[in-house]
Amino acid sequence: MPADFNWAIGGEAGDGIDSTGKIFAQALSRAGRHVFTSKDFASRIRGGYTAYKVRTSVDQVQSVVDRLDVLIALTPRTIDENLDELHEGSVIVYDGERTTMQGVEIPEGMVGLDVPLQSIAEEKGGAIMRNVVALGAACAVADFPIEHLDSSLEKRFGGKGQAIVDNNRKAARAGRDYVNENYDHEFDYNLETTDNDYVLLNGDEAIGMGAIAAGCRFYAGYPITPATDVMEYLTGRIEQYGGHVVQAEDELAAINLALGGARAGARAMTATSGPGIDLMTETFGLIATSETPLVIVDVMRSGPSTGMPTKQEQGDLNQMVYGGHGEIPRFTLAPTTVAECFHKTVEAFNLAEKYQTPVYLAADLAMAVTEQTFAPEEFDMDAVEIDRGKVVDDDTIGEWQNEKGQFKPHALTDDGVSPRSFPGTGGGAHMSTGLEHDELGRRTEDTDMRVEQVDKRNRKVETAKEREPWAYREFGDKDSGNLVISWGSNEGAMVEAIEFLEEDGVDVHFISVPYIFPRPDLTEVINDADDVIVVECNNTGQFADILEHDALTRVKRVNKYNGVRFKADELAEDIKETLSQEITA
Amino acid sequence: MSSDVRFTDFKSDKQPTWCPGCGDFGTMNGMMKALANTGNDPDNTFVVAGIGCSGKIGTYMHSYAMHGVHGRALPVGAGVKMANPDLEVMVAGGDGDGYSIGAGHFVHAVRRNVDMTYVVMDNRIYGLTKGQASPTSREDFETSTTPEGPKQPPVNPMALALAAGATFIAQSFSSDAMRHAEIVQEAIEHDGFGFVNVFSPCVTFNDVDTYDYFRDNLVDLAEDDDYDRHDYDAAKDRILDASKEYQGVIYQNENSVPYEEQHGLTENMAEIPDGAPEDATDLVREFY
Ligand SMILES: Cc1ncc(C[n+]2csc(CCOP(=O)(O)OP(=O)(O)O)c2C)c(N)n1
Ligand code: SF4
Repeated sequence: MPADFNWAIGGEAGDGIDSTGKIFAQALSRAGRHVFTSKDFASRIRGGYTAYKVRTSVDQVQSVVDRLDVLIALTPRTIDENLDELHEGSVIVYDGERTTMQGVEIPEGMVGLDVPLQSIAEEKGGAIMRNVVALGAACAVADFPIEHLDSSLEKRFGGKGQAIVDNNRKAARAGRDYVNENYDHEFDYNLETTDNDYVLLNGDEAIGMGAIAAGCRFYAGYPITPATDVMEYLTGRIEQYGGHVVQAEDELAAINLALGGARAGARAMTATSGPGIDLMTETFGLIATSETPLVIVDVMRSGPSTGMPTKQEQGDLNQMVYGGHGEIPRFTLAPTTVAECFHKTVEAFNLAEKYQTPVYLAADLAMAVTEQTFAPEEFDMDAVEIDRGKVVDDDTIGEWQNEKGQFKPHALTDDGVSPRSFPGTGGGAHMSTGLEHDELGRRTEDTDMRVEQVDKRNRKVETAKEREPWAYREFGDKDSGNLVISWGSNEGAMVEAIEFLEEDGVDVHFISVPYIFPRPDLTEVINDADDVIVVECNNTGQFADILEHDALTRVKRVNKYNGVRFKADELAEDIKETLSQEITA
Repeated sequence: MSSDVRFTDFKSDKQPTWCPGCGDFGTMNGMMKALANTGNDPDNTFVVAGIGCSGKIGTYMHSYAMHGVHGRALPVGAGVKMANPDLEVMVAGGDGDGYSIGAGHFVHAVRRNVDMTYVVMDNRIYGLTKGQASPTSREDFETSTTPEGPKQPPVNPMALALAAGATFIAQSFSSDAMRHAEIVQEAIEHDGFGFVNVFSPCVTFNDVDTYDYFRDNLVDLAEDDDYDRHDYDAAKDRILDASKEYQGVIYQNENSVPYEEQHGLTENMAEIPDGAPEDATDLVREFY
């Protein structure tokens, strides 16, 4: 295990928890350390417990663990909420002078550092800086050079003037000094720094960046947690690349606006979460039947209905694979890490245009709000390729017209892919419709043409299966006989769980699947393994069901659906336990 | 755009399946005339239609077009126009499509003020589903689903539009061919969202709002020399006057600035580079 350090700040929503956590995470990243953040938040704006957690190491960290070394507790509840993760020797920084913290008891075996955060902050220019004083205190405990905070304070407060930045720097130093002067306790932490350059971003941001890189110019959305960050990221940025963001009146409008943009020839996208996907589903069928390319991001959260809007779940898989009336050819990709959010978004646009279908991008809350460090090369813009598929222009359109000079947007081709004419292209005028149609796009109920068009549209999926590398990612010991499969954001926790399992003498072969529909053929690997476990954040095991169906065999399941993502150490335990169990009905 | 375009160039070779005598024939002819008169051609025109007898219009016209799902044509049209402001965008649908299932989009399309034209074929009934009450049906209009009438007041689409901040509101009658085409043409020429509610009688299911009824009750605002379409209060009076049916441009805001202009949308977004934009690495730098 990497010698990692786990830190958190917790309090009430509205206490500035998020931005304080982000300042610390950024400082660590700039100091060349790997960072993985996670958030606990409730669905309310003020009040309600909220926390920002940072795990950091000089080695790569890609999940959360069940452990907290330093906790900045702004409210007594923060201590209660994290009791399970605190351990012998954990440090709790709190402000005993505050009325809400008076009489707070530090659990036995833990180290309480009573720091007058508020008074120090007031002395340095304002009570509002008490979180920054706490950051300084944390630096003292973790032996982390305070200078590294400076640039992230500058980034956060630079817009408010140099005086504010300076005051914050002083506040941080005062916090550090207070701990050094008043506590001569020896702490075991020493947050080494390196010369590495990392970038720190979350999944929603990576999706937005991928969209711009891929040439997305038109985005329409309606705010919903946890997908709103995609829209907020694109707003103000996409314009610099000639694009536009519209905030629609609802998801029905959002997907139809995006459809209009796509139909006009723009690379277009919308993002939402479960309830929004429900509303978009009618139009999803139209997109498929009219063969319009569109990328639809579902940042999943706990459902059904409004469920737990700020909690993790991977419960919409069936919706993205089967959702919609009638039968709808589609693609469903599921990025497995924050960096993959970037790459899969680029890929989604290419697939959408090459095969003229809607493409679902199945992200989830855990990944969307998690910031993770990466080498900037992971986001290599030079490697981005754009494939717009079969687009005709004034010169090539002739090949796709009938003897009367009419364009055939739904020509029956061997690969199932027809030509596309952007509006404005001479001689390419045609209607796109959700009604069954002939090659020209005209409504038909002719039985033969119906069959030919259905086959043609579904043939695209077959073509894609042949042409595209439906690769999966593999980890661990291929020959162990113990196969673990997961999809989406569980990859990081599982990769680290492998190490915990190894320590216990258990070897596993882990396959992380980023393609849900179509998907790589895992029949052989599944049937060759002694034991197969499918790991996912839902109750019924939606992917496990699909794999059982594909491989005609039964698999074991590890499901988590309490609203919290998998933690690496806990997942290792679950896997060990499940390996020893028999499959029951 | 070419000057030698004739309105028949906007006709597809599909024969309409509307009932003989349906008002939608006239509504469509007027739209095609207006498009040709304003110098558009099928290759730079985009027609979006909803679902309903009225929604079939996209099939019978020849242009770039989309036949959407029920009630959602307006956002599609707005998306097309935003992504390529060079296109002439026209959205068409029925009163059920626009004021019932699509009412939310109607209000927001009006306030968004994208430079496009919205033609509603108002027959005060659901035609395609065979004669149920629509949001513009009279309170006592008996139908299969409202045997004693809907017993709720009809929606006044022009009042909705005015309240939402419309910059162009007009009404026409499909069988008054010249005037109808003229009014649609004015809507096209308007800088912003041009809304035209067209009385387009359903001869099969509506025996109240008939050709005769409209002929007898229509008042053309163009014949009133004192009427000023830029006068908001005068427009409000006419719109709320339930005793008459008006034809003509009822309201036009001279200061209308279309959405595209407000948001600086001028480019055809279909044109993108082969790889990531050159300065896209700046996007990564931001996360240091
Ligand atoms: C989501 C959905 N609900 C219901 C329908 C059935 N439907 C088709 S057309 C229509 C009403 C059409 O009325 P209107 O818009 O007034 O057009 P008209 O046929 O009178 O021209 C309905 C309810 C549908 N196609 N989709
Ligand atoms: S049912 Fe009415 S609206 Fe539909 S085509 Fe016939 S006349 Fe026209």
